[in-house]
Order: sequence, then C-alpha cells, then structure tokens
Amino acid sequence: MSSSVLAVEGEGFVSPSPGTFVYPPAFGEGTFVTKPMLIVILGSLAVAVFFFLAARRAAMVPGKTQFVGESLYGFVRNSIALEAIGKPGLKYVPYLATVFFFLATLNISGILPLVQFPATSKIAIPLVLAVISCVIFNVIGIKREGLGGYFKHMMFPSGIPWPVYILLAPIEFVSTIIIRPLTLTLRLTFNMFAGHLVLVLFILGGEYLVFEYGGVVGIAAGTVALLGSLVLTAFEGFVQLLQAYVFTLLSALYIGGALQDEH
Amino acid sequence: MEGNINMVGYGLAAIGPGIGIGLIFAAYISGVARQPEARGMLQSIAILGFALAEALAIIGIGLAFAL
Repeated sequence: MSSSVLAVEGEGFVSPSPGTFVYPPAFGEGTFVTKPMLIVILGSLAVAVFFFLAARRAAMVPGKTQFVGESLYGFVRNSIALEAIGKPGLKYVPYLATVFFFLATLNISGILPLVQFPATSKIAIPLVLAVISCVIFNVIGIKREGLGGYFKHMMFPSGIPWPVYILLAPIEFVSTIIIRPLTLTLRLTFNMFAGHLVLVLFILGGEYLVFEYGGVVGIAAGTVALLGSLVLTAFEGFVQLLQAYVFTLLSALYIGGALQDEH
Repeated sequence: MEGNINMVGYGLAAIGPGIGIGLIFAAYISGVARQPEARGMLQSIAILGFALAEALAIIGIGLAFAL
C-alpha cells in the first residue's frame, strides 16, 4: 500500500508537508485571525461554558451536567494530583484541571469532524503552557527553600562524592530550567504534528488513489488507505487524550518534586 | 526518487526509543501479571517512562523537519 503511494508521488500527488499547517487568514486578506486561532478561542469558550454550567447549581444530589463535570474534575484530582503529588497537591488541582481540559479540547479538535486540526500542533500553545508550568514549579521551590537553597538542592544533591558535581551540577541546572519545559513543549507539539500529518497523508493519498490514479490497483489500495484512516483517527483520538494526560502528569510531577523535602 | 534523507535518519533514530518503549511496557505488563493489585500505581509510572522515552523520538521528528 505504502509503496503504491510512493510510486504515484512523482506524477502529481503532493504529499503533505509542514506547509499543511500554515493557514491563510480565515476572513479574507488583511485580517489576521486564522483557523487555529479560532479553534483556540472556541475551544477555551467551550471548556469554560461547560464547567460553568456544571458548577452553576451545585447540589447535594448532582444533576447530569454536574455529575459529568465532577467526574472529569475528580479524574484530574485523584489520578493526577493525588497520585503524582499527594495531599499537598490538592492546592494545584485547579491549575492542573485547567491545563488538562484546555489541552484535551484543543488536541481532540484534531479528529473532530469539520474542525480536524489539532490547534496544539502550533508550537505557541504548548510552549506558553510549558513556560507557565516551569515558572510555577520553580517559584514553589524558591519560595519553600529560598533562592540559594533551591538551587543548591537542585544542583548539589547530598550523598554524592564531590568530583561528580562538576558533571552533575550543570546537567541538573540545564535539565530543570531548559530541558523540562522544552520537552513538554516538543512532546505535545510534535505528537499532534505527526499525528495530523499521518491522517492527512492517509486521507489525501487514499482520495488521490481512488479518484485520480484509478484502475483496480488504485481503487483497492485507496480503499485500504481510507479504511486505515478511520482506524488511525480512533488511534489519534487515544493519543490526543493520552498526551493531554502526560503533559498534566509531568507538570504535576515537577510541582511535586519542588514540594518534596528530599529528592 | 524524491524525498528527504532526513526522514531516513529519523527512521533510524526512532529505533532506540521504540526499543525503550517496548521494554517499559514489557516491564509494566509483567509487573501487573505478578501483582494485579499494583496496576494503578504502575500505570502512571509506566506512562511517565513512556513519555520520557518517547520524547527522544519526538525531538527526532522535530529535528528531521527543522534541519
């Protein structure tokens, strides 16, 4: 299947590239609002409105919306905050829940019919969230141990022979301040990027094989590709939720690390 | 034949994280098989390890497009 896709590439099939992710302004020339921006705005509004409705009339016996809202919030509280940080993590559940549902919505927009673009594949969104997470856990650590104590704790953990510090201190410093937010950003961005690219390749390639390449081979291979795109869409949905979970879990673990006494 | 040699490099670079992720989930599965009640605790550790190993592959694909 993939070999036949490769074979037709030279004859006119334009395979998707990073250019697929560049959108023109949505409302004609001169405006600057693009489709990813609209997804971000509508996605945040959807999350905000949903949780507002769920929390508006909080009752002892929850209604349907309140029940769903509380279960979702409870998932972040129990299996991310309590699991990764423990009791002191309850203070950070609002932030973690916001991050999780914001990212989950923007990720899942990648397989939502008619939208079908994961807004988080634009690096700006994960980058801002990762920098916020980085600032939060560093500020927590500095507040708790003081500036010197925090960096001493981070770069010179006790119980190690001193020559190792020459190697360890810079590595720990770079890893905490730079690598952590960078990997948070890149992991989310390129998971969404690669997932969207594969989906576009399967759908456009299948469409090209069926309708333009034609013939028995083209229609057979194209049908397989289009059916495969359905399976991949389901898989992509799983990956999108998993990545939102991973981002939140790692943020929680970093916060938990800053709250701990001994590493 | 057209294409970018970066993608071949990325394919080679993805072998390492692939093996790593396989090992992580192998350990997770055998851990759960030995002690099913530890599943909840193992799950978040396994996903954490998966995320850290996967970061290498993800950095690879980022660089394959960027370089």
